[in-house]
Amino acid sequence: MDDFRITTDRLEEAAIIAGAAGVRDGAVVAFSGVVRGRNLGRRVLHLEYEAYEAMAVPVFERIAEAARSRFGVATVRIHHRIGRVEVGEASVVVVVASGHRGAAFDAARRVMDEVKRIAPVWKREYFEGGDVWVEGPKEPVTE
Amino acid sequence: MSRPVTVLLFAAAREACGTGRIEIPHREGLTAAAVWEGLVREKPALEAFSRTVSIARNHRFVPRDAAVEPGDELAFLPPVSGG
Repeated sequence: MDDFRITTDRLEEAAIIAGAAGVRDGAVVAFSGVVRGRNLGRRVLHLEYEAYEAMAVPVFERIAEAARSRFGVATVRIHHRIGRVEVGEASVVVVVASGHRGAAFDAARRVMDEVKRIAPVWKREYFEGGDVWVEGPKEPVTE
Repeated sequence: MSRPVTVLLFAAAREACGTGRIEIPHREGLTAAAVWEGLVREKPALEAFSRTVSIARNHRFVPRDAAVEPGDELAFLPPVSGG
């Protein structure tokens, strides 16, 4: 069963993976994006995420549907955390289940790349000496 | 009278505007670009986002010349940085 969430709760990878594989699936790939303690030579204290929640979940659904038709995978789950996230904690978890590992790896990579490209989520980096909004690709998205 | 348009701004654009939510009256022939230009006139700090902002109408990305209908939710999104 697919599952798409924006949450302020800590992401528990094991719980998100649980039950992803159906009887026909031979592969589950899980990716966790974790807050790095260093970025651009600065010591990162924590990140603060903001999302356009009403749009983020439908965008996750569309990303998953595109991955399903392109790679033939079965289940896609995307959980993105918002609010304050500490160094070492996961900010995003992507889980893909499929019949075979190749499609699961490819789809998980694609889903995560698409989340970074188009999901309406932003992070503010708090580092030693200041804080700044992080901006992704500058090209406007038309999806 | 037709329903207003709800305009949403996020992250750095929300801060530059001073608010994340504005209701504006709808008028015939209104486009997303015209709404943005109106915002920039009110809040010149938003001009910094003019070249990079993405636009979503009712939770779907649209081009700048997209028509805006009464009751629409129109969101202006600075470059996203999730993950």
